[in-house]
Amino acid sequence: MELLDIARWQFGITTVYHFLMVPLTIGLSLLVAGMQTAWWRTGNERYLKMTRFWGKLMMINFAMGVVTGIVQEFQFGMAWSEYSRFVGDVFGAPLAMEGIVAFFVESTFLGLWIFGWDRLSKGVHLACAWAFSLATVASAYFILAANSWMQHPVGIEVVDGRPRMNSIWAVMTNNTVLAAFPHTIFGCFAVAGSFLIGIAAYKIAEHHRNSGHDDEDRKLWHGSMRLGAWVGVIAFAGLALSGDVQGKLMFEQQPMKMASAEALCHTEQPASFSIFAYGDVGRQNCEDVKSFTVPYILSYLANGDFTSEVKGVQALVPEYQAAYGTHYPDDARLGAFAGQPIDYVPNLPATYWGFRFMIGFGGMAALGAVAVLWFTRKGRFPKGRWWAPLAVASIATPFLGNAFGWIFTELGRQPFVVAPNPNPSGVDGVWMYTASAVSSGVTPGEMLTSLIALTAVYGVLACVEIFLIVRFVKGGVAATMPHEPPDDEKSDDDTLSFAY
Amino acid sequence: MDLPTFWFALIALLWLGYLFLEGFDFGVGMLLPVLGRDERERRVLINTIGPVWDGNEVWLIVAIGATFAAFPGWYAALLSTTYLPLLLLLLMLIGRGVAFEYRGKVDTARWRRTWDVVIVTASWIAPMMIGLVLSASVFGLPLDANGDRVGGPLVLLTLPNVLGALAVWGFSFLHGAVFLSLKTAGEVRERARKFALRFGAPLLLPVIGLLLLAQLPQGDPWTWVPLGVALAAAVAGLARMISWREGQAFALQGIALAGVVVTLFGALWPNVIPSTLDPAWSLSVADTASSPYTLTVITWVAAFGTPAVLVYQGWTYWVFRKRIGTQHIPPVHAP
Repeated sequence: MELLDIARWQFGITTVYHFLMVPLTIGLSLLVAGMQTAWWRTGNERYLKMTRFWGKLMMINFAMGVVTGIVQEFQFGMAWSEYSRFVGDVFGAPLAMEGIVAFFVESTFLGLWIFGWDRLSKGVHLACAWAFSLATVASAYFILAANSWMQHPVGIEVVDGRPRMNSIWAVMTNNTVLAAFPHTIFGCFAVAGSFLIGIAAYKIAEHHRNSGHDDEDRKLWHGSMRLGAWVGVIAFAGLALSGDVQGKLMFEQQPMKMASAEALCHTEQPASFSIFAYGDVGRQNCEDVKSFTVPYILSYLANGDFTSEVKGVQALVPEYQAAYGTHYPDDARLGAFAGQPIDYVPNLPATYWGFRFMIGFGGMAALGAVAVLWFTRKGRFPKGRWWAPLAVASIATPFLGNAFGWIFTELGRQPFVVAPNPNPSGVDGVWMYTASAVSSGVTPGEMLTSLIALTAVYGVLACVEIFLIVRFVKGGVAATMPHEPPDDEKSDDDTLSFAY
Repeated sequence: MDLPTFWFALIALLWLGYLFLEGFDFGVGMLLPVLGRDERERRVLINTIGPVWDGNEVWLIVAIGATFAAFPGWYAALLSTTYLPLLLLLLMLIGRGVAFEYRGKVDTARWRRTWDVVIVTASWIAPMMIGLVLSASVFGLPLDANGDRVGGPLVLLTLPNVLGALAVWGFSFLHGAVFLSLKTAGEVRERARKFALRFGAPLLLPVIGLLLLAQLPQGDPWTWVPLGVALAAAVAGLARMISWREGQAFALQGIALAGVVVTLFGALWPNVIPSTLDPAWSLSVADTASSPYTLTVITWVAAFGTPAVLVYQGWTYWVFRKRIGTQHIPPVHAP
């Protein structure tokens, strides 16, 4: 394999993996802070139990989000040093801001929250929960601002062929990040919602099997499940609205990405939306794709107008060639790409199906949430055996939706790592090919070592995390409540609660 | 002072903060099997850093992130040329972070033993990799005109880099012992103190070697001052341990570390990485700095952000200021 391929596989694997942990952390930590607030306001023990139980699962997951995030930050310099040199003047700033403004807060206040149950007053302890959960949201904003700049460069001028930042305000209020941020945060809530539903369903089914349990716990799980369902429904509404805004922007900013998402070969007016394709998307040639379509819808998605024109892949290729050249420069550091023709069409099966799976899995999660709201109304719960396993399995759906969304977004931008701007709202004249972004000084052997090592370690850790989550779910609330020392052990010398 | 130089100094400060803070939590990890004779004592050790290790690690993330923002050329060249040591560092940090969190989540001896192995291995190797990478930046790398490494990964194994690896490792080991004698009560405290007194001097030998290696060939005359401060503070720190003044000893270690960092970064300036092939290819502060606008932006962020970080991290240490002894450790509580 070429260095570039290894580096891309590594980036894809580590990024998608990291983004399995992050949405759960963000969504769950905000919900846990909300549960703790409910306890603080009402004094109801049930909310404390919820906080402790879901908080424990959140912590198990948080650790993984942190350690896989470090890899992301180092990876730009290690594997993509040409990219870092090219964009450092712009891209580094939101990254550094994330560290100073958000990440310090997250790690410090999570530590205070975990170990501070008995050391801090209730109000201060609750404030710590909000501090770290809101900081995770701020982190997401900074990182998405950096990513959005790669999708749509703004706030820069070009000096000596390189982007130079001239407005941090423009970078932070890029219309791309203003659309991507709510979309991503709603995606996080969708994950947290399904997580609550699935696990609570399992616990209720368990409760039904051993009907000796006290009724109090059943209420707790029922409440968690309804909370998860409401969160899931609201999240999906937010996803649909923000996704629509994001899609319209993308038609304008990266028309090739959206044409590929539809496998739309020729320009259509009005354009129809493809529900699914048969024929051969895998052959990388849109001419072979046949699909079931709904007329007018794509025109609406693209422009908010049912009869507008949408450009197809074949029409866009010559436009891209005219604007950004037909061949890679003849530079030895480009390796096998030097002097070769540039293929402006991204991987069609990945973009086409990535887009559909994103929407499909997101929709499945939302349908599940609606069904849960119906079946659990007025304290009910269905008795069938199929229920709980289905709810547990559906935990995966928003995770998959998120992952495919990212795969679509990032692969749809290829062959660019910094996508050019054909529209007037961005800065034209700045783009970078993925082929010229990789670290040319790193050997393929080094890159392959890291790909194998990171993938292996991530694989093992995924098993460990799932094992622990399952274990704590089975252990239930009792295993996460603080230990009450017997009276003869009590002293002024307080013990650590939640200690390692 | 112009902005690039200010950011060079700030990055040195971030590294100082990182080495001081994570230095002791690496040390605690290294000392886990040495000072923790039974499970309860090992939990005492881990809980001394429990609330803070994650915040400490952010200093590294910010040091690297600030380098990316302020000196993209430095970030790109250093991280791509030291690829394998950084990979090893990342794997160790991954393992350590997860191990602290997961070790107590299952109540079996085998589970805990496995994670203890991860903590100890990672705590030994991670500081070495940090030392190696920092030394490579200070003592130079075989860089070509583009800032890429000439030669395979093994060109990193030079005497200064190996000494740098041992220096950060030795410092962390000792620093952890002093920290533990400051933060624990009872037998663990006595053992930690004894360890620091017995092995303190030998553990600091690589640091002294590194300082001389940096100072003699390329140092400015003024950097003899921080070098002298470093040595004096290190000796004074060990002396304070003899009279059980662990807090003072710990602070003196910090001063010693500050002296070392100032000496090394002082010897490095105005370069960020010298090229060992051709001085014309050396990367300098001026060459690699971001534009004045970008530097101004991040200066404002740092001006408001950094004091806040110092305040709330300081508060964390205040909240958890008590010494921990075996009597504070609750029974294991895992499903």
